[in-house]
Amino acid sequence: MSGWLGAEGWAAVQLSLKVSVWATLLSLPFGIAVAWLLARKSFAGKQVLNGIVHLPLILPPVVTGYLLLLMLGRRAPVGAFLEETFGLVFAFRWTGAALAAAVMAFPLMVRAIRLAYEAVDPGLEEAAATLGAPRWRVFLTVTLPLILPGILTGAVLAFAKAMGEFGATITFVSAIPGRTQTLPSAIYGVLQVPGAEAQAMRLVIVSIAVAMGALVVSEILARRVSKRVAGQ
Amino acid sequence: MTVEVSLRHRFEGFALDVDFTAPAGVTALFGKSGAGKTCVVQAVAGLLRPEAGRIMVAGRCLFDSAQGIDLPVHRRRLGYVFQDARLFPHMSVSGNLRYAARVRGRARDPREEARVVEMLGLGTLLERRPAGLSGGERQRVAIGRALLAAPDLLLLDEPLAALDEARKADILPYLERLRDDAGLPILFVSHAVSEVARLATTVVVLQEGRVIKSGPTAEILSDPEAAPAFGVRHAGAVLRGRLVAHHEDGLSELQTCGGRLFLPGVGGAVGDILRVRIRAQDVILSRAAPEGLSALNILKGRIASIRSGTGPGVMVRIACDEEHVLARVTRRSAEAMALAEGDEIHAIVKSVSVAQGDIGG
Repeated sequence: MSGWLGAEGWAAVQLSLKVSVWATLLSLPFGIAVAWLLARKSFAGKQVLNGIVHLPLILPPVVTGYLLLLMLGRRAPVGAFLEETFGLVFAFRWTGAALAAAVMAFPLMVRAIRLAYEAVDPGLEEAAATLGAPRWRVFLTVTLPLILPGILTGAVLAFAKAMGEFGATITFVSAIPGRTQTLPSAIYGVLQVPGAEAQAMRLVIVSIAVAMGALVVSEILARRVSKRVAGQ
Repeated sequence: MTVEVSLRHRFEGFALDVDFTAPAGVTALFGKSGAGKTCVVQAVAGLLRPEAGRIMVAGRCLFDSAQGIDLPVHRRRLGYVFQDARLFPHMSVSGNLRYAARVRGRARDPREEARVVEMLGLGTLLERRPAGLSGGERQRVAIGRALLAAPDLLLLDEPLAALDEARKADILPYLERLRDDAGLPILFVSHAVSEVARLATTVVVLQEGRVIKSGPTAEILSDPEAAPAFGVRHAGAVLRGRLVAHHEDGLSELQTCGGRLFLPGVGGAVGDILRVRIRAQDVILSRAAPEGLSALNILKGRIASIRSGTGPGVMVRIACDEEHVLARVTRRSAEAMALAEGDEIHAIVKSVSVAQGDIGG
């Protein structure tokens, strides 16, 4: 594989997979929590939260990337704090690429999970409570299993979005080969070089294959889960 | 094992102000839709928090606004059967039945499980999913699930309302077994007089958020004052009768306080005590003992009270021993016959006018 794609191309594919998996997995708990807040709770500032979550969807990705850089650059207040306290650096690292992908994918994930929450009859949760289940138990035994298809959809959407994320990533962490150059930025880079069309095509093929693979796997999983949930 | 409920709560355009005590047995909360029945049950279960009041079940205080007690729903130990069953769609029937034991971290009691499964006829459904069940089957599973939570009180919120007549007829015998076998107090919400007559030992009549009458079923159903709440067409008394014989012509003979009744197609063994509901509008009154009539059922008693409202009809309550029959006649007839309290009177009930669904244990 690395022979066919070249060391640099192979590194970009691996990095993109790593970035997308981490971005998806780490944002999932937050996505489930935020979707719950938006679907089930009424509180002051709900519209503000909703707006902030959706901002990356409507802002130009470059703007999102630049805002991340302003907040999380090594000399920016939040970035410096995180580096001093946790030794966590985002700027121009693969971690930054994962964060940018997570931020960009977050609204899609939240929307999918929120829809799933709204489809759950709160009456079922009441019934579970009357049978002696405390709140957290109701969530684990009734709500969570019922929104599982939505969580799955949200996760796949987020993964696909992370695989394709370009603008915010390149603005926030640049495209350093082997360190922060993801698949889309590698394709973009190759296209800048005259005569490298074949390499660009190879990367495009990998990109399509990964996306299709994710879609097929998610379809199969979603069908299984929703069958189980619908009780057939 | 009694239930004491005292509640005050204001909604937009509607105020709930309810006090009643439910002794052991089945207590029916009766009223038209919007009378506040479901709100009362929800408050007892803790799904609705009243502004003020006190709820005691079997000596345990679940809610007391004065003392600041408000037990959370999951610690109230009540079985709630909802109108729409609310089975968990992602679990099998047995998963639903075992849910309470699972979430309380309690060992299952296989004997109790077997007893409930047998009583409700769930044996063939255990591996099925709720999506594949009929409405009546779902309601039975919901009742079983509530029972297996080992509740102090069972709340039934119109468990039959979503079912057609045939399904209702399927479930009613199970509810009767529940009343007779389980020894569990039941609070039963209904707007159907026939269900109340068949199941309830005590009736609480609600109207616009207030209790207008409450007491033993036979007394309330034969109370002319309560008749408007049931609707003049549905009002009617419940009589207890002992089954004396099944005759060859298909009629069964019942001995009641006011005389013999002959009814078609009655089940049960000779010696059984049955409840018979006689709708007030199906009763004709006569001063003299009638002769030469096609009607077989003539009960003798004394007029206990007469109530006339604004309409053209009057309700006459006829006492025979401890029990009562209610008759609805026109005001014109009542005046022509000069009916008065204390008069001896004959109530003529056409045998066909006693509805099948109203006959029960």
